[in-house]
Amino acid sequence: MADPLLKVSGLNAWYGESHILHGVDFEVGKGELVTLLGRNGAGKTTTLKAIMGIVGKRTGQIRFEGQELAGSTSDIIARAGIAYCPEERGIFSSLNVEENLMLPPVVKPGGVTVEEIYTLFPNLLERRRSQGTKLSGGEQQMLAIGRILRTGASMLLLDEPTEGLAPVIVQRIGEVIRQLKTRGFTVLLVEQNFRFAATIADRHYIVEDGRVVDMVVAADVERSIDKLHDYLGV
Amino acid sequence: MFELIGIPPQALFGQLLLGLINGAFYAMLSLGLAVIFGLLNVINFTHGAQYMMGAFAAWLLLTVLGIPFWAALVLAPIIVGFTGVLIERLLLRRIYHLDHLYGFLLTFGLALIIEGVFRWKWGSSGQPYDNPIPGGVNLGFMFLPYYRGWVVIASLVICLATWYAIERTRLGAYLRAATENPTLVRAFGINVPRMITLTYAFGVGLAALAGVLAAPIQQVSALMGTNLVLVVFAVVVIGGMGSIMGSILTGFGLGLIEGLTKVAYPPASNIVIFVVMALVLLVKPAGLFGRTK
Repeated sequence: MADPLLKVSGLNAWYGESHILHGVDFEVGKGELVTLLGRNGAGKTTTLKAIMGIVGKRTGQIRFEGQELAGSTSDIIARAGIAYCPEERGIFSSLNVEENLMLPPVVKPGGVTVEEIYTLFPNLLERRRSQGTKLSGGEQQMLAIGRILRTGASMLLLDEPTEGLAPVIVQRIGEVIRQLKTRGFTVLLVEQNFRFAATIADRHYIVEDGRVVDMVVAADVERSIDKLHDYLGV
Repeated sequence: MFELIGIPPQALFGQLLLGLINGAFYAMLSLGLAVIFGLLNVINFTHGAQYMMGAFAAWLLLTVLGIPFWAALVLAPIIVGFTGVLIERLLLRRIYHLDHLYGFLLTFGLALIIEGVFRWKWGSSGQPYDNPIPGGVNLGFMFLPYYRGWVVIASLVICLATWYAIERTRLGAYLRAATENPTLVRAFGINVPRMITLTYAFGVGLAALAGVLAAPIQQVSALMGTNLVLVVFAVVVIGGMGSIMGSILTGFGLGLIEGLTKVAYPPASNIVIFVVMALVLLVKPAGLFGRTK
């Protein structure tokens, strides 16, 4: 890859005394959709949190658009153009749907407009005055993804967006992620659902024990299926 | 002249007005406390001292620099609010990760130090502050001093403006969201530490503003906030810790209850608010407008 948009090198992260990431290395090219796959507790979510600067302590390098972000706080990282959608969705109960949607500030021009977000997720328009946490799990996930699209961030970190959702919602979210890729967004996706990830990603990094241990490109998934099953324990 | 339940209307409405004025101060002070507790999770026991600092700032601006009341109304909250910035940056920031008790002890200690310094410098006796709107109007059933009427209206406007800013604006949405999950709000690109500093300064500024408003009514003294802060804490607990509208409604409501008690049974007027607090805690531990977590 000539000039990756995001390049993570030797990333270590700790929660208190617990050393979780032990030198994670990977890169994501502009416009790519890359997944981090791995078993529970492998360090996938911590990798996203470490990129965003919301772990206790981290060392290593995180270069985004050529800018070093490993020493930056999370608000500066967000303003550099990386948007984060957490696993637990992070919908605010004291805010209604529209307030949740409008909460993240616009950090760069070129974000998706509110009208476009409502077109992508019509349920949100119907329920825009409802309390955010009163939505169904699927609607909350749509809201969590929708609100980071407004910001103009070019890179999206999505942590398990399909977790606990009905198949029809998973399918809808897959369609939306594909649309985002065609719009030029770069996506780093953490997933447990390999079947889902395999249908949308360009490349897959395998995370084990806080390290990236392998990489499989989409074209090689069929050939590498046994190896992937071994890694993922499926 | 007619009587209501055996009470002369002059006495009744006079006490109700006093209750409303006290309620105005309770509401403004408890509002500041609620805003600070909501975002910082700190029980700011320095609030009474900061109210006193507002009154003293106005008095010093007038006596030393000749700056009149109306300018002090703007300047004093800014000056005292700036001391809030220093307190948050230098002290409170270090204890957010600790139990509530540490914040309580720190702010309690600060209140003692601040009040001690003011008492050492200016003594315990009150300093007079001229009424900026002398005179009043006879409403038939009671005499309404202009300044007191103005205090009630001004505090209502300030309280409702604060409620609007927190509940209906983008900035307020940031505040409410940061109260729930500051880490995620920061990961959206919002400078949460700076927002916390400014929120504390705003809460402190509100206390100082109440102090400036109180200066012409009460004597400006080092201990003017000491007793008041206990009542204000009771108001916040009754309204629900962190509830903005709860603080406003409970502040004015309890001021009126206190005023009515002064008419009906004066010896109980000093404790009626604490009796209400005990009853509310028995029935609704999170307060009248508070949400259980």
